[in-house]
Amino acid sequence: MRGGSLWQLGQSITRRLAQSDKKPLSPRRHFASGADLKKTALYDFHVAHGGKMVPFAGWSMPIQYKDSIIDSTVNCRVNGSLFDVAHMCGLSLKGKDCVPFLETLVVADVAGLAPGTGSLTVFTNEKGGAIDDSVITKVTDEHIYLVVNAGCRDKDLAHIEEHMKAFKSKGGDVSWHIHDERSLLALQGPLAAPVLQHLTKEDLSKLYFGQFQILDINGSTCFLTRTGYTGEDGFEISVPSEHAVDLAKAILEKSEGKVRLTGLGARDSLRLEAGLSLYGNDMEQHISPVEAGLTWAIGKRRRAEGGFLGADVILKQLEDEPTIRRVRFFSSGPPARSHSEVHDENGNKIGEITSGGFSPNLKKNIAMGYVKSGQHKNGTKVKILVRGKPYEGNITKMPFVATKYYKPT
Amino acid sequence: MALRMWASSTANALKLSSSASKSHLLPAFSISRCFSSVLEGLKYATSHEWVKHDGSVATIGITDHAQDHLGEVVFVELPEEKSSVSKEKNFGAVESVKATSEILSPISGEVIEVNTKLTDSPGLINSSPYEDGWMIKVKPSNPAELETLMGSKEYTKFCEEEDAAH
Repeated sequence: MRGGSLWQLGQSITRRLAQSDKKPLSPRRHFASGADLKKTALYDFHVAHGGKMVPFAGWSMPIQYKDSIIDSTVNCRVNGSLFDVAHMCGLSLKGKDCVPFLETLVVADVAGLAPGTGSLTVFTNEKGGAIDDSVITKVTDEHIYLVVNAGCRDKDLAHIEEHMKAFKSKGGDVSWHIHDERSLLALQGPLAAPVLQHLTKEDLSKLYFGQFQILDINGSTCFLTRTGYTGEDGFEISVPSEHAVDLAKAILEKSEGKVRLTGLGARDSLRLEAGLSLYGNDMEQHISPVEAGLTWAIGKRRRAEGGFLGADVILKQLEDEPTIRRVRFFSSGPPARSHSEVHDENGNKIGEITSGGFSPNLKKNIAMGYVKSGQHKNGTKVKILVRGKPYEGNITKMPFVATKYYKPT
Repeated sequence: MALRMWASSTANALKLSSSASKSHLLPAFSISRCFSSVLEGLKYATSHEWVKHDGSVATIGITDHAQDHLGEVVFVELPEEKSSVSKEKNFGAVESVKATSEILSPISGEVIEVNTKLTDSPGLINSSPYEDGWMIKVKPSNPAELETLMGSKEYTKFCEEEDAAH
């Protein structure tokens, strides 16, 4: 077998999930040794539960547990999954001017968010490309809580800090706190709400998708956001790290084993099924939110006023149409993977796959990628090249698996 | 990591079973992750393929150790009948949920049969890597090549060393 040695297969799994690594497979000795990797508060807990630990964005994270990635992915949608996402970076921006400050860096209408609500947004660069995607929440007018990707932590924090210094030097009132004292857990699936309700007195039926609350869960003060990366109903729970293991245990116990610890392998399959982008694959520095299909995330007022990095480029794309667009594909044959070429029926290159794999819930190959505008319509037949051979595929509009976000009727 | 290395070296020290009997192959992932089986009577390549030589026919597949590291197989690409394979050259690919791997032929020869069951049931490679998960049958063009492959004891040690290096 070749793809490197077998151990490199394990690494290639993480390589596909890794945020920013674009190098070809490198020999074993170049990988970080166990000693260099950071561990979350749940590390020992994962190992005790059969977690297969792999390096990911500088952390040692579970890619799967005793059940297979396929079973785990299916279980999330049938019952539920508990993910350790403590490698991601949570931070708070505070101060009288934290809202206008953040608006210089993201496309969201932060001022327009009601307190206790949040949204997915994009941090942009001067060229209108994406530095990272993030879920931001306006807790109050003077407190914003946000979570950024693990692989982008250093880049994002340096970016925010640089702009914060400049903003403050002009008299702006903003400061930050990086929540390294907290651990983020994600609880997703149909059992997420019923299970979590056992652990808190607050009425979760009043917390809708995108909403946020600071509340007591299992005896500690947690930040709770009704959001996720799977398309299912669920929550991201920021818990003080010293209580993370207890909370994880409590969640698993209350679900009587139906909610399972789930690793990054299944997490990637789930987000792909939900049609969600992975920064580093489907979104990068040179791709704008418009091209990535996130025009909806650019607030209406922001489209009129701009005021974020790269606004001139982005606003022009909104007027003129972007030259490429993110689309979703079904395909036959082997699963289409990142960097596979996409051709039209006549063999002309029209785009590239950025993420792909086998969908355990749909039992077919699914993929996302970019094609030239004009070739992006639902139903367009394409050929995807895998190992030099073309396989039939077609562009599909739907999220592959319907989302089940908890919204008011 | 430590848990894995211990399990791997213990397991590899234990697991030798005869290929003549209908070997009881370890069924589920949870067990095979810790205890890869290596069959006696087969020859092994450093790229984790096995060969069973029976007179003028050689059957080829990937080992239990290989399928365990790969994870669940979702697609297998195999050559056509009558095509030729060459020692250490790629003859197909195995796709797991998260990764692709080429399969290298341990010997040279002509493909006389391909396991078509793998089209609809690629998971046979995981559940039965040495039996139902066989991939191709080849007429060896150079039987001397078999001598250059590893026996079961050597392969067991090889896997142990490879795992321990991480």
